[in-house]
Amino acid sequence: MSARPRVLILRAPGTNCDVETAFAFERAGGQAERWHVNRLLEAPQRLAEFQILCIPGGFSYGDDVAAGRIFANQLRRHLADAVRQFKDADKLILGICNGFQVLIKSGLLLDDDPGLGPPATLTWNDSGRYEDRWVRLRVRSAKCVFLRGIETMLLPVAHAEGKFVPRDGVALEALAREEQLVLTYCPLRDENAGFETGTPYPDNPNGSVADVAGVCDKTGRVFGLMPHPERHIDPFQHPQWTRGKAREPGDGLQVFQNAITYFS
Amino acid sequence: MLWEVDIYPRPDQPNLAAQRLKAEAADLGLAPALAIAAGWGYLIQGNLDRSQVLRLAAELLADPIVEETVVAPVGDEVLHRPRAGLQQVIHVLLKPGVMDPVAQSAKAAIADFGFEVEAVRTLKKYWFSPLPEETLQWLCAKVLANDAIEQVLVGPLRLTHLGTGSSYEFKRITVSIRAMDDAAMERLSREGQLFLSLAEMKAIQEHFRALGRDPTDVELETLAQTWSEHCSHKTLKGRIHYRDESGERRFDNMLKETIFAATAEIRRRLGQRDWCVSVFADNAGVVRFDEQYHAVFKVETHNHPSALEPYGGANTGIGGVIRDPMGTGLGAKPVANTDVFCFAPPDFPAERLPPGVLHPRRVMRGVVAGVRDYGNRMGIPTVNGAIYFDPRYLGNPLVFCGTIGLLPVDKARKEARAGDLIVAIGGRTGRDGIHGATFSSAELTSQSESLSGGAVQIGNAITEKMLLDVLLVARDRGLYHAVTDCGAGGFSSAVGEMGEHLGAEVWLERVPLKYEGLSYTEIWISEAQERMVLAVPPDHWEELSALCASEGVEATVIGRFVPSGRLVLKYQDQQVADLDMEFLHHGRPPVIREAVYRPPAIRPLLVSQWPENDATGTLLKILGSLNVASKEWVIRQYDHEVQGGSVIKPLVGEASDGPSDAAVLRPRLDSRRGLVVACGMNPRYGELDPYWMAASAIDEAVRNCVAVGADPERIAILDNFCWGNTDRPETLGSLVRAALACHDVAIALGTPFISGKDSLNNEFRPESGEPIAIPPSLLISALGQVDDVGQCVSMDLKEVGNELYLVGLTHDELGGSHFAFVEDLSGGQVPKVDAVRAREVFKAVHRAIATGLVRACHDLSEGGLAVAAAEMAFAGGLGAELHLERVPADEQARHPAALLFSESNTRFLIEVRPDRTAAFENCLAGIAWGRVGKVTGGDRLEIMNHGSPVISADLKLLKETWQKPLRW
Repeated sequence: MSARPRVLILRAPGTNCDVETAFAFERAGGQAERWHVNRLLEAPQRLAEFQILCIPGGFSYGDDVAAGRIFANQLRRHLADAVRQFKDADKLILGICNGFQVLIKSGLLLDDDPGLGPPATLTWNDSGRYEDRWVRLRVRSAKCVFLRGIETMLLPVAHAEGKFVPRDGVALEALAREEQLVLTYCPLRDENAGFETGTPYPDNPNGSVADVAGVCDKTGRVFGLMPHPERHIDPFQHPQWTRGKAREPGDGLQVFQNAITYFS
Repeated sequence: MLWEVDIYPRPDQPNLAAQRLKAEAADLGLAPALAIAAGWGYLIQGNLDRSQVLRLAAELLADPIVEETVVAPVGDEVLHRPRAGLQQVIHVLLKPGVMDPVAQSAKAAIADFGFEVEAVRTLKKYWFSPLPEETLQWLCAKVLANDAIEQVLVGPLRLTHLGTGSSYEFKRITVSIRAMDDAAMERLSREGQLFLSLAEMKAIQEHFRALGRDPTDVELETLAQTWSEHCSHKTLKGRIHYRDESGERRFDNMLKETIFAATAEIRRRLGQRDWCVSVFADNAGVVRFDEQYHAVFKVETHNHPSALEPYGGANTGIGGVIRDPMGTGLGAKPVANTDVFCFAPPDFPAERLPPGVLHPRRVMRGVVAGVRDYGNRMGIPTVNGAIYFDPRYLGNPLVFCGTIGLLPVDKARKEARAGDLIVAIGGRTGRDGIHGATFSSAELTSQSESLSGGAVQIGNAITEKMLLDVLLVARDRGLYHAVTDCGAGGFSSAVGEMGEHLGAEVWLERVPLKYEGLSYTEIWISEAQERMVLAVPPDHWEELSALCASEGVEATVIGRFVPSGRLVLKYQDQQVADLDMEFLHHGRPPVIREAVYRPPAIRPLLVSQWPENDATGTLLKILGSLNVASKEWVIRQYDHEVQGGSVIKPLVGEASDGPSDAAVLRPRLDSRRGLVVACGMNPRYGELDPYWMAASAIDEAVRNCVAVGADPERIAILDNFCWGNTDRPETLGSLVRAALACHDVAIALGTPFISGKDSLNNEFRPESGEPIAIPPSLLISALGQVDDVGQCVSMDLKEVGNELYLVGLTHDELGGSHFAFVEDLSGGQVPKVDAVRAREVFKAVHRAIATGLVRACHDLSEGGLAVAAAEMAFAGGLGAELHLERVPADEQARHPAALLFSESNTRFLIEVRPDRTAAFENCLAGIAWGRVGKVTGGDRLEIMNHGSPVISADLKLLKETWQKPLRW
């Protein structure tokens, strides 16, 4: 295996975080390439050339119909086999923001329950609008490869449709039991609070059920999250760096480093 | 078959659309008890059976976890069964031809299922309990739909098919202008929406008489577009005879002799160190940034479309200005957006709204949403802005949108060459925006909605994003010689400008259309969005075409640049226009205008009428006034972090909610060099003296940049003049006076203007009564630079025990101030600018910041020292104590009102660590400063005058007062 794992940053019309996401993977030691989805649709077998697949943030196909839905249908309808083989080959898949919306709606992240359909979705924020703000996150399980060694992170969210909603209590319980609800919002000023009571708006920025900000699949190698780790890899991105609060590197870099380290 | 798929939130989910609607109806005074259910849906026309449509509903159109659907052929009674017990159903559909991005995407996604789909439209569906007819009408007109783009259908839908346009049969149209008298020509200009003056019509008549033929309709339209105020800026570039109290002056080209002249003088003085690259020439101004990149900046307005359809107007406003940097040089990559809005106060009584005017709250919501949806989708951070409120913006809101880009230094020049193909790239052409250029040069009337509906459009950001993605690749591969955007005037302006020194032949039938039925003239002048024009050498066409195809972007050869000096248009080999480029670009008779400025008598502001013992109350009133109040509700709806370069954010401080003076970003992730973005605007000073209003706006924009760490010797500025009807000598006089200040202050500060734009005739003409003109509104936007973003500072107080310095001299300048505004006082001296001294202050403050001596810095603007101190304290969550007797001030300013609230320019409140005070004071040699107080911690702001308390307030109360008014 090459010293620098190859990362495919898969973009569609309207993807707009591909450049900084590629930059974050490069800084973490990866070798990132940005491909238009049409290029992969022409030759799905080429996915096998990569170790990491990342679907970055943005507004794929304008988020028309629903956020991530059209890109998700493309994956489901034309790339499902290639992605499944990729997954089965012990490789990693990451979806950030719109990428999370795409993954969850494609069925590649959470398995459909037979006869009942998908166990969860992402829908409109309770506020009914797009919001950009920094949130505090807590890692709830050691299951996810991308979150190894991380306890909390300060990252920005920027979305309109990021509210995590399970199909019902049973589906939520099943995801919790499998330790798939790996990342949650917690109070901005006190990362040790909110366990019992839940985290109110705006620290939970969208009304997500059980404060869920990110989930992984049953293997822990496919991960989707609403916040943007690529927007906090450097101290000057920290919202209070002028108050001496920032650390080197930014909290989000570890997510990318974990992915790269997985292949060393 | 025409199917309908209706979608509703499941009963256990919030109905956000209904909630929003209720809130908006309540805003306008309708009883909040209104019962509403809301849904949305799709009309799908195609050869589809029921099982296929059910599958689309389940797998594409709705989300089964949170939504439920009703599927049936249009007209089926199941679609109009009462919902939630509500019986009255209302459908809202976009008018045919209005851009519907969701329908476009849905159609493509349905086709991806392998289904035969012909057309898709979206709809919105509302359910009410039976309402009185009058209430229903009111709801439809004021809340549910905008007649400019939408149609309301009360009751069940009765459609049988979706129109897809009817075919066009070619017919060449000529206009017999040669035989017309003056009255006939004036009527033609007005009724044909050419908006040309009689003198201009006569010049055209004369030209065609000499040619011995009449013009075609498209020739006339091309001339009208090219000669429009919007495209040629003929008033300000025209001859003006200006008089004021100190004499008179004759301009041959007013802008050239004021604003452009200032830049020329600054560049001359800089000599070898000149850092301007291209000014007032390309689609945006260009300055040097680093070894590899230039920075480009352009700010545009989109006022008249935003008055009629706020969402679409603002949406296409930001979409349009983004294409300016993309069309500068060989194409810059957009890295930041700015937006500044002017609205009437949102609490304007709904019942007093004149006909044809949208409520300011609705305008504001729509404009913010329009900028949000386009900028966020483009992946460009919106980092800086401002909102000003004044009742005179009621029928004529202002929407300024700006875009900054990075341009590789070797891609700064462009030139179309003979033989190059004219390539249209991006969106398709439809009837949208026809007559936008001439329309935006005309006054709004209460009839505007019906007259100019075609001028209103909706953008499709993803089409533009796709265009941007391929454009930058094509640029780097060197596939074209020149690029420009299709803005006002569409192909007419874009091809006309690119081929001005060459000549062009265009084959209009080749232009890809959204739907059938467009005439050759409509194709030529359509202002459909998301289109650009490239000059492509024939041997690169194949590669460009393949690149575009690989990302699903449409590119089409529509003509060729030829060295003929003529603009020739053909439709299916029939010649429909043959214009001399020389006449087109230089045949317009000069506009000659009178301008006069009569200074109003200066009346003293009677401070004695102010209850001095309630300074805290005054401070709270200013903090809660709309112009000063927090704009967080707006700012958070914009993505200001995308691209990862944000360093100083629009909201700063302990809780990320303090008002930053300027934004700082790193446009290159691999470098610490930063761009600084800020603005300045003071319409309230204009009533006292437009000269000092302009000077103050420049000082404010520059000092905002300096406050965060920008190098004052490297700040470029842009002007946007929005004025009333400049046919009135007094209105034009106030504009000229502002331009004179721009000239003087820019030179003195060494801040070159690099780009600008004007929008005149910003007046609303109600059905009866006098026209309402906007106040003179000059926006100055500033683009600064910083060597190392690690040197930047924010405005929030940092540590207990630090010293507070006031730098800059306070004068008794309460005229036009927010103090006067909230206390309802008039008169007084308008803030002036001593630009020579200001430059020294800026340099000194910059020296201190760059050497790490400053912990926090905030400029003093609306509300003066008291407001700046309050904002710094609550943003940092730290109390402070100030002593007015230590404020450096001239003699007349020694009373508390002036010391607290005067808006004198060029002042900063600065926090310094105790161990850095000596070094800091060394930086300030020769400059007025005072050590005015301390960061005390705690939760109060205390301001003393000679030991007695003048202001004492809890930080929570100050912050809440400031946050509450616009927390929607």
